[in-house]
Amino acid sequence: MNVKEMYRRIDGYLDTYGREEKSLITVLQAIQEEYSYLPKEIFPYLAKEMNLHEAQIYGVATFYENFSLEAKGKYVIKVCDGTACHVRKSAPILERLRNELGLSASKITTDDLMFTVQTVACLGACGLAPAMTVNNKVYASMTPEKAMDLLKQLREEA
Amino acid sequence: MLKTRQDLQELRRACQEAFAAQERRILVCTGTGCASSGSLDIYDRLVELMKEKGIACSVELSKDPHGDEIRATKGGCPGFCEFGPLVRIEPQGWLYTKVKLSDCEEIIDETIVNGNPIQRLAYQRDGKIYVEKSAIPFYQKQRRLVLEHCGEIDSDSIEEYLGVGGYSALEKALFDMQPADIVKEIMDSNLRGRGGGGFSAGTKWSQVARQQATPKYIVCNGDEGDPGAFMDRSVMEDDPHRMLEGMIIAGIACGANDGYIYVRAEYPMAVKKLRRAIEQAEALGLLGDDILGSGFSFHMHINRGAGAFVCGEGSALTASIEGKRGMPRVKPPRTVEHGLFDKPTVLNNVETFANVSSIILNGADWYKGIGPEKSPGTKAFALTGNVVNTGLIEVPMGTTLREVIFDIGGGIRGGKKFKAVQIGGPSGGCLTEEHLDLPLDFDSLKKVGAIIGSGGLVVMDEDTCMVEVARFFMHFTQNESCGKCVPCREGTKRMLEILERIVNGEGREGDIELLEELADTITNTALCGLGKTAAGPVVSTLKYFRDEYEAHIFEKRCPAGACQRLKTYVIDPDKCMGCSKCARNCPVEAISGKLKSPFSIDVDKCIRCGVCVQNCAFGAVKEA
Repeated sequence: MNVKEMYRRIDGYLDTYGREEKSLITVLQAIQEEYSYLPKEIFPYLAKEMNLHEAQIYGVATFYENFSLEAKGKYVIKVCDGTACHVRKSAPILERLRNELGLSASKITTDDLMFTVQTVACLGACGLAPAMTVNNKVYASMTPEKAMDLLKQLREEA
Repeated sequence: MLKTRQDLQELRRACQEAFAAQERRILVCTGTGCASSGSLDIYDRLVELMKEKGIACSVELSKDPHGDEIRATKGGCPGFCEFGPLVRIEPQGWLYTKVKLSDCEEIIDETIVNGNPIQRLAYQRDGKIYVEKSAIPFYQKQRRLVLEHCGEIDSDSIEEYLGVGGYSALEKALFDMQPADIVKEIMDSNLRGRGGGGFSAGTKWSQVARQQATPKYIVCNGDEGDPGAFMDRSVMEDDPHRMLEGMIIAGIACGANDGYIYVRAEYPMAVKKLRRAIEQAEALGLLGDDILGSGFSFHMHINRGAGAFVCGEGSALTASIEGKRGMPRVKPPRTVEHGLFDKPTVLNNVETFANVSSIILNGADWYKGIGPEKSPGTKAFALTGNVVNTGLIEVPMGTTLREVIFDIGGGIRGGKKFKAVQIGGPSGGCLTEEHLDLPLDFDSLKKVGAIIGSGGLVVMDEDTCMVEVARFFMHFTQNESCGKCVPCREGTKRMLEILERIVNGEGREGDIELLEELADTITNTALCGLGKTAAGPVVSTLKYFRDEYEAHIFEKRCPAGACQRLKTYVIDPDKCMGCSKCARNCPVEAISGKLKSPFSIDVDKCIRCGVCVQNCAFGAVKEA
């Protein structure tokens, strides 16, 4: 990764959203949208630019579920684990995906950086439970079998 | 840019005329649900077909309507999510359900050109065909106030919002009312916060209005984190201007000039729609400096959440907007005195703000006429789980659970028996058969140990294990505990461990009592609302389904047959063909037998993984 280029981008976000503390989450979100995770090099740089402690930024980055300090796969699969999906049996879908890709609750991304599998708090698509998303596109009324078909399709696309 | 009240009135009149003139409309639901079933492609196909066939059609509100043009609208969610994608034909009011791309041509030829309804696309129940949307039982007991425009107007168009009378309440609040009148109207209406607590909105507004410190802030809580709830999302996506209007009015009433909307990260579409709505309102001068020459200024900001349930709690939410970790603080001082940036703050949720404009326009007495006097108005619910018609509904407060689940929801899926309904999400509780005739309002629910919460209703059938449901919620709360106070951080973890061992068949005598003791301690000593209510699902399932806990612990049996580790598997000798497939796939070699004669399972070796059931081609392996 070109760190200079990254700092240049971060400067752009800081110019847009401001250098005060209240912009921190928005800036982190912008960085994550660009890189799909928060590279560790950003912490000292942001601390200097925003006049915050590195620990403070690290605290925010680890507090919120959406921030990731590790690189994600090309396809990020999120299985909804909201109540409605749960009672309509979303757990077997998650289990099947993890088994197929050799992943677990602690290891969420495949070594080839192709797939990331995680759960997500209610997507609000409860009417279509169980639901999952792949790179934010919603797939409704899933079953373990349908999830396998989708995985096959994604592998062919890749 | 509108400079005066008169400018707004003129524009609104023009929009109303244009809206009324376009009586022939095709509305395609493009809400999250229908969109994921391909409704956007259906919309494009319908427009394309009309163009091919030379039918005049417009994709936006035309300034100069010809009258015979068909208006194709990307409408929001009419709530009937189970039967999406939904396509509506106006002015006839016909609703087509589960529409496919291949149906588009017939819709254009048969309905648009020939004017006939297509029976096979209509909703059917018990052999009856319902072509008209209003006749469908799902809609009959509903009363849509907050959601009145959802699925009716194009949410991307401020002109359509003006076309249905939008921003009239803002106009009235700016020019015909004093701030104190607005506060009094909201106070008199008895509007109670729709986010969960049911605290009087008018009281909150009056407390902020009388604070001396400036600046003051209006904050909208759009962090709808309860799993199984999506009412606020629909308002933000389908009628964003309604919510903005409510917030601006709150600003006038309390003397605040800045509004913050905190939207949860899982709702990217809502953020997009709100951004667009704010841009449109700014361009027209309904947001910004000196609105319509009144001297009043109001600026709107959007903050996206980053995935933390606890940010639905007031002080955690404001901390998050300030760029900090979303952790609650000790109260008092309350948010009305020391809220966002330590300044006086009105914090209400989306649905509460969405109620404001109709109260200002129609008056407090009109509002109090809907539902019970102490909790008036309507409530939107997300009806989900094992119910036939899942979707988004809105009913007057005081409607009974039976009406909601059986009349609107169409009863339980697959002819199963109703067991319970979880209301109020992880902070709420479950209600059972004996509560079916209970009116849904803030006070009645409180009496039986449940809360309305934000409005998620998850219906559960006889196959749902209530201990497992309690475990599910505890897992959720434990995961979302921010870690600031010990009772919540440690207590929920211990409760989860106990629940996990019970559903795994390792429950011990005394576990129930220990759960009760922990629940009591957490409820009384946790710092914030999340912690104080964390034990709710356990307490209420223990109250109504104690026998299920006991069966798990003492008999190692799950009465609902849902807990995997408590299942036993047997092979039906009459069905078994002796193919050995189950034995070959069994990971622990618990199955044995001779080829071509029935196999059997050694219960002591069996780990209850269920692989044999999935592999048997003859349906011979059964759960017992």
